[in-house]
Amino acid sequence: MSNQNLFELNQVAKRFTKGKETISIFQDLNMQIKEGDFLAIMGPSGSGKTTLLNLLGGVDQPTEGQITFDGQRIDNLSESQLAKWRANNIGFIFQFYNLMPMLNAARNVELPLLLTNLSRSERQKQVKVALELVGLSDRADHMPSEMSGGQQQRVAIARAVVSDPKFLLCDEPTGDLDRQTADEILQTLQLLNEEFGKTIVMVTHDPSAAKFAKQTVHLNKGEFVTAEELPA
Amino acid sequence: MKDLYLVYKNLTRKKMRLFLTTFAIFIAFLIFGAIMALRGALNSGVEMSADNRLVVVHKTNFTNPLPYSYVNKTQAIEGVKQVTHANWFGGYYQEPANQVVTFAVEPESYLAVYPELVIEPEQRKAWLNNQASILVGERIALANGWKVGDRIPLSSNIFSHKDGGQTWDFVIEGIFKGAEQKTDTSYLLFHYKYFKETQSWGGDSIGWLILTTEDASMNETVAKAIDNNFANSNAETDTSTEQAFNKAFIEQIGNIGLIIFGVVFMAFFTILIVVGNTMVLAIRERTAEIAVLKTLGFASIRIFKMVLIESCLLAFLGGLLGLGGAYLLIQGASENLARFLPNLVLDQNILLQALGYMLLLGLITGIAPAISALKLNIITAFNRG
Repeated sequence: MSNQNLFELNQVAKRFTKGKETISIFQDLNMQIKEGDFLAIMGPSGSGKTTLLNLLGGVDQPTEGQITFDGQRIDNLSESQLAKWRANNIGFIFQFYNLMPMLNAARNVELPLLLTNLSRSERQKQVKVALELVGLSDRADHMPSEMSGGQQQRVAIARAVVSDPKFLLCDEPTGDLDRQTADEILQTLQLLNEEFGKTIVMVTHDPSAAKFAKQTVHLNKGEFVTAEELPA
Repeated sequence: MKDLYLVYKNLTRKKMRLFLTTFAIFIAFLIFGAIMALRGALNSGVEMSADNRLVVVHKTNFTNPLPYSYVNKTQAIEGVKQVTHANWFGGYYQEPANQVVTFAVEPESYLAVYPELVIEPEQRKAWLNNQASILVGERIALANGWKVGDRIPLSSNIFSHKDGGQTWDFVIEGIFKGAEQKTDTSYLLFHYKYFKETQSWGGDSIGWLILTTEDASMNETVAKAIDNNFANSNAETDTSTEQAFNKAFIEQIGNIGLIIFGVVFMAFFTILIVVGNTMVLAIRERTAEIAVLKTLGFASIRIFKMVLIESCLLAFLGGLLGLGGAYLLIQGASENLARFLPNLVLDQNILLQALGYMLLLGLITGIAPAISALKLNIITAFNRG
């Protein structure tokens, strides 16, 4: 893990307006994520985990404060600039895989590469490498409906890493899987972190999953707390 | 181009829905193609009318004859360039059911007034020199397998031959073609003089006059002058442009334009609702997938375009199949209806119009779901899912 910060959140606030009521999720949140880190974020429902993940992934903007990624501010980017930034820098892994049901595994993995200038043959090469990395090169032609949950999540991981982003965001990546499959997925994430230097932030409810991360932080009511400070 | 595969997979993901929607569009464009071809056939006489050609008929009813003396009297009116005349023969070939449109005409002046009838010089000469000959239109010659030199018996369901019976024997001396594809070549012409000499009754009368004016701008003045000239006579006239005459003739059936507008409007209105509803549902079902694409970095405008391309592809798929169906239908019908609707064709104008409507259909039915995809907020979409 390098000492350089990949992400920096400074005095970040996030508020939502619901009718006449304003709901504050974060107030003056500060956070640094080092390059090469594998960070697990835990916390009860409503603690702000998903909102934080959305802010880190550039799918949501803070109400106040600054978010810097690799020295570049992303909190002031337009929607289209953010889309481009996400395509270039972030790999997303969702709880329910979110594969396109009408595309086979290879075509699903290829999706982020459609946003690049690579030729079809170059894209196919990268897809092959990504599927080999997750051990699914023999399932390239399979449709999502023909694969198990674990296999689908591995396709989703291949999709997340195919364009070689620096940063992977995982939202409950093992929440829909049995223990053994979950461990296999987490080992793959560990491999991506340790061998390929990917910086990973993973939101999870599962303490066993959090053990695969290099460090774990706890969120409660929009603030970082120690594990002991969490409500029972 | 890279997104086309994605659009294609989205379009074909629900085969039954694709089939039913395509079928609905197919029906709409089949109706459109067939009806527009029918309109074109009915209007071809109007479209092909010359600007400076007038038709003079009996004021009481156009089937009433006019005195032959009107030919010279009309020729003398200022602004008239060339006058000719025609008589309806009421002809049929072999059987009464096999009607052939046949006119008795003054050959030279008729060809001068209708320069769009194209004839080989030798055939023209032969027809002019042989009174008992007939000039046949290319389309009807093809339909009956006639060629130059053939002898054909033509019967009339109106007139009788002096020698008894109702059949005249003609030799085909020429076959005329049209200067344009839509020029009517589905009729026959023979000498008025021969007709007058061989018929048992009918006297020295003609069916109607056709004339050209020196310039189209003189049409109204010339028409008034002709009608005024024959006012208060036993055979008062009604003169109109050829275009107005043909239009009035067709509109005896009814207001063709309104009927066609009604049918096409209903077909397209129904299709708009069916396809529009299908597209809205299809995109709503894909809310989470669109959110995923946006999360991966697909720009909103790119997804907007993909939805529009999908709806346009759907419209073109059904539309082109429908036009193909209309083409086959028209091909089949035109052979059987050649005598009544000689210009029943799916022409380039109809094709271009149909392509325009396909594009419009695609854009209209795709715009609402495309905008909803454009505006879709990733967080809201995932929360909904």
